[in-house]
Amino acid sequence: MKRVPLPRGRGLIIGVPWFWLGLFFLLPFLFVLKISLSEPVLAQPPYLDLIREVEDGLVSISLNFGNYLLLWEDPLYRGALFGSLKISAISTLFCLLLGYPMAYAIARAPSHWRLPLLMLIILPFWTSFLIRVYAWIGILKGNGLLNNFLLWTGLIDQPLEILHTPLAVYIGIVYSYLPFVVLPLYATLVRLDLTLLEAAADLGCRPWKQFLTITLPLSLPGVIAGGMLVFIPVMGEFVIPDLLGGPSTLMIGKLMWTEFFSNKDWPLASSLAAVLLVVLIIPFVALRHFEQRSEEDAA
Amino acid sequence: MKRRFPVLMTALMFGYAFLYGPILSLIVYSFNESRLVTVWAGFSTKWYGELLHNQQLLDAAWLSVKVASMTASLAVVLGTLAALALVRFRRFRGRATLQVMVTAPLVMPEVIIGLSLLLLFVAMQDSIGWPDGRGQLTITLAHTTFAMAYVTVIVQSRLAHMDRSLEEAALDLGARPLKVFFTITLPLIAPALMAGWLLAFTLSLDDLVVASFVSGPGATTLPMVVYSSVRLGVSPEINALATIIVLLVSLAVAIAGVLLYRQEKRAQSEQNQG
Repeated sequence: MKRVPLPRGRGLIIGVPWFWLGLFFLLPFLFVLKISLSEPVLAQPPYLDLIREVEDGLVSISLNFGNYLLLWEDPLYRGALFGSLKISAISTLFCLLLGYPMAYAIARAPSHWRLPLLMLIILPFWTSFLIRVYAWIGILKGNGLLNNFLLWTGLIDQPLEILHTPLAVYIGIVYSYLPFVVLPLYATLVRLDLTLLEAAADLGCRPWKQFLTITLPLSLPGVIAGGMLVFIPVMGEFVIPDLLGGPSTLMIGKLMWTEFFSNKDWPLASSLAAVLLVVLIIPFVALRHFEQRSEEDAA
Repeated sequence: MKRRFPVLMTALMFGYAFLYGPILSLIVYSFNESRLVTVWAGFSTKWYGELLHNQQLLDAAWLSVKVASMTASLAVVLGTLAALALVRFRRFRGRATLQVMVTAPLVMPEVIIGLSLLLLFVAMQDSIGWPDGRGQLTITLAHTTFAMAYVTVIVQSRLAHMDRSLEEAALDLGARPLKVFFTITLPLIAPALMAGWLLAFTLSLDDLVVASFVSGPGATTLPMVVYSSVRLGVSPEINALATIIVLLVSLAVAIAGVLLYRQEKRAQSEQNQG
């Protein structure tokens, strides 16, 4: 294969984005690690430098692992980590349960319908995320739209308490992240070889068994990719638990925000970020693995 | 297959209702006379008028638009370079790292991006004196970093599916690589660049978390104003603002959709003729 174009600019094409992301994406993680090992002080910026010159030429290095110990010992922080894991896992599951039939229906729709139907999935993603979460406050609150409607139908005789409960957080997450599961699921389902299903049907295989033994296993890369696209960012979600959740909804992203903005404890916020980062490595590797496979399939 | 369609159709309809119901409720109640958002008190456009007199909100919107257009333009340049590097050069040192660095920002929780960039900016200011203070510049740098990842994905897929024969023909006829890039490659990937620019623009315009971390006193973006007002409860002014945003976005997406559709038709008919 011939190498076209810009063979001479090769260094620049690779170097410029590499340098930018290295500086603004990779390098900052080292600072998170560094600050997480420092001690908080009342100053600007509010932490002690790890390496300090004590006297002329005499340098002292002090590492403070107290933040990590605190994260492990204090039930508040442990609770936030496990709370985030639980909320992310359950909402990922619900996203998949709702997103799978939608992706399937779009993939099996007449071909000239597919693009408009997909556009309708993506369109909300382009409008403000913050405002879409805010819309649920008006719907879910005590005298909100949903309660008014249910009271009017006579299904309930007292307003349900939904806003500021975990249920509201789940609704908000599934609502905001639904497009992220539908798109990769659609991509795998639309490429599915339909002759396999026909062959199975000809041999007397029932539809639900066709689905379980052919469609579902073949769409597993889409399920994993879509699931990870929800699970990973939700682990650090701040806006949804803050606006829709109550004081009992502990999530690590919200806690980080409080430590940073309210308590001005940058070292503790940094150690929370470092822990979150480590937890997310496994799902991220899983996501990369399946993306690479689909890249190879496409090539 | 046919028998399952009613079930699927119901799921699809339910899904779309779920996605669009809340947005519709915002639009309807933005025309509500009453400040109590859930009580309908007659049609009114007064909240739109109040929006126009909210100086704090207008200033924030202007800052956000400035940051978003700078971000989008920078992100398109950087994202296109990253996509070219990844698609055109199959082997180079650091390729795997670059691949990870353009994928990770897509899923990385915003609180981590925001905090880590803030710590970087503080350290940089300490050691080299740049960026001096935090505000428009630091927000733009931060937004560009995650927006360029989205641009890379869009341009990457366009480049991967592009027909290379035109470029090769031009090179065989002696055109310089740089000229080939600007006269052939760039026009061919233009729709992807436009989609990338628009996506980067809306991502930047929408970001609350990263901007809150890396912003300084005096630089308040639109989402930051919306957030502080939303925390106090439902407000019809925010409903009006939401309606305007939804309308603008739908318009932009519709125009982009029509342009893409026409281009595809043209490409198809050219293929049929050739």
